[in-house]
Amino acid sequence: MSSKEKTWREIALGAVCSKSSVGFMTGDWKTYAPVRDLEKCTTCLTCVLFCPDGAIKWMPDLGKIEFDHNFCKGCGICANECPTKAIKMELPETTEGE
Amino acid sequence: MAKQKTPKPEANADPKQELMALNGDEAIAYAVKQSDVDVVAAYPITPQTIIVEKYSEYVANGEVPTEYVCTESEHSAMAACIASSATGARTFTASASAGLALMHEMLFVASGCRTPIVMAIANRALSAPLNINGDQSDSMAQRDAGWIHLYVENAQEAYDTILQAFRVAEHLNVQLPVIVGIDGFIVSHTLENVNVLSNEAVKAFVGERVLPKVLTHEGKLAPFKLDPENPMTMGPIALPNYYYEFKRQQEDAMKNALEVIEQINTEYAKLSGRSYGNGLIEAYKLDDAEIALVCVGSAAGTAKTVVDELRAEGVKAGLLRLKAFRPFPTAQVQKALQNVKAIGVMDKSMSFGGNGGAVFHEVRHSMYDAAAKPFIVDYIYGLGGRDTSPKEFKKVFGELHAIAHSKRVDKLVNYLGLRE
Repeated sequence: MSSKEKTWREIALGAVCSKSSVGFMTGDWKTYAPVRDLEKCTTCLTCVLFCPDGAIKWMPDLGKIEFDHNFCKGCGICANECPTKAIKMELPETTEGE
Repeated sequence: MAKQKTPKPEANADPKQELMALNGDEAIAYAVKQSDVDVVAAYPITPQTIIVEKYSEYVANGEVPTEYVCTESEHSAMAACIASSATGARTFTASASAGLALMHEMLFVASGCRTPIVMAIANRALSAPLNINGDQSDSMAQRDAGWIHLYVENAQEAYDTILQAFRVAEHLNVQLPVIVGIDGFIVSHTLENVNVLSNEAVKAFVGERVLPKVLTHEGKLAPFKLDPENPMTMGPIALPNYYYEFKRQQEDAMKNALEVIEQINTEYAKLSGRSYGNGLIEAYKLDDAEIALVCVGSAAGTAKTVVDELRAEGVKAGLLRLKAFRPFPTAQVQKALQNVKAIGVMDKSMSFGGNGGAVFHEVRHSMYDAAAKPFIVDYIYGLGGRDTSPKEFKKVFGELHAIAHSKRVDKLVNYLGLRE
């Protein structure tokens, strides 16, 4: 176990969170990661709305979206909901193309 | 029940005590009324009903400013209590039997979130077969839920213990929920003379809930409560790298409670003139006892009468009443029983297949490290409200006498008052 982790004497009472969910990265939970086909994507934002972790960022100024792999758990809801089938769930080694 | 020996109040005791005729349930409701409780969330169940009925009357009459939440089940009642306690509100509830069993899941949440809820349990048997009468199966089944368990002998002690329970639960070194157990019907429904303190004396004794400080995710040191000004999350997911540490923390709080219960019993004795042993255990004629019973709850009253009768006949009999069952006062029990030759442990619940009841396990385990190991046998008794008479207690003492002299145990687990 990491030496950074606190002992039972150091942690807060009643399991009070020491950090918010922003500081608790869940990206390493995933097996499959979403990969977007830029040809098929119409930037309709359906995936942004459906992502249960808010891990798909919509950047209106740039007119683009981006997966946040630090938080994406690989649930595949985005791929399932994408109306143009522009998202595929793939093993991480093959996600370089994103 | 034996006549209670009331010690004389000390010089600084509350002089304005009033004698009331209350049953155990009413005594508890009255104690809660005086304890400045913010929220009561409860669901009625026999034999606890009078507590919440009486308390809802106080609320309806405007006698207390308490928020009274009628819930649709005991599971919800406990959920509401956890939520209210988590906001810093002093919270009380009461239940029994199937109601307590339905709370099971939430009991662990209450202790894990360190919400100092006080809950009165009018101990009753569990179904099946359906039975509304008293035994301690319900709360003994919740032994490992992380709650402090205090069991009382009569209505007076029920009143006194509820007042102390808020102090114990909310103590900064404890922060754990407390169950106060009274025997169903025997205590809950029996009218007794109860000395009650004045409202002012209780108010001063119980005081206001003080909150410990915790470090929040924003890095602020804030009072331990749910508050939009200082947001914090209590009891969310803890993965294998942290869950275990939180459980160890709860055990530490339990151990701290041993000292706190004693301290508060002493403080309360000064105020009221009433003390129950050291708050954890009550030894009755144990000093030179050769044979002794260990009881939890109202049976101790009958046992004291029998001890007196036997003493008059020259038998060196004694009694140890366990008031605290969780935390278990191992060292105190060991010390109290170390010179006894044969001990009979009275269990008002069963642990099927467990070779004796819950109290037996604890007492026998405590004595394993004692210098002189006494013989210890178990007596299951009183299940489903079966009456246990002084004659039966005498029979037990007779058997203990035989064990002490023959130095032989024939039956480790015995069923008192059962048709064989």
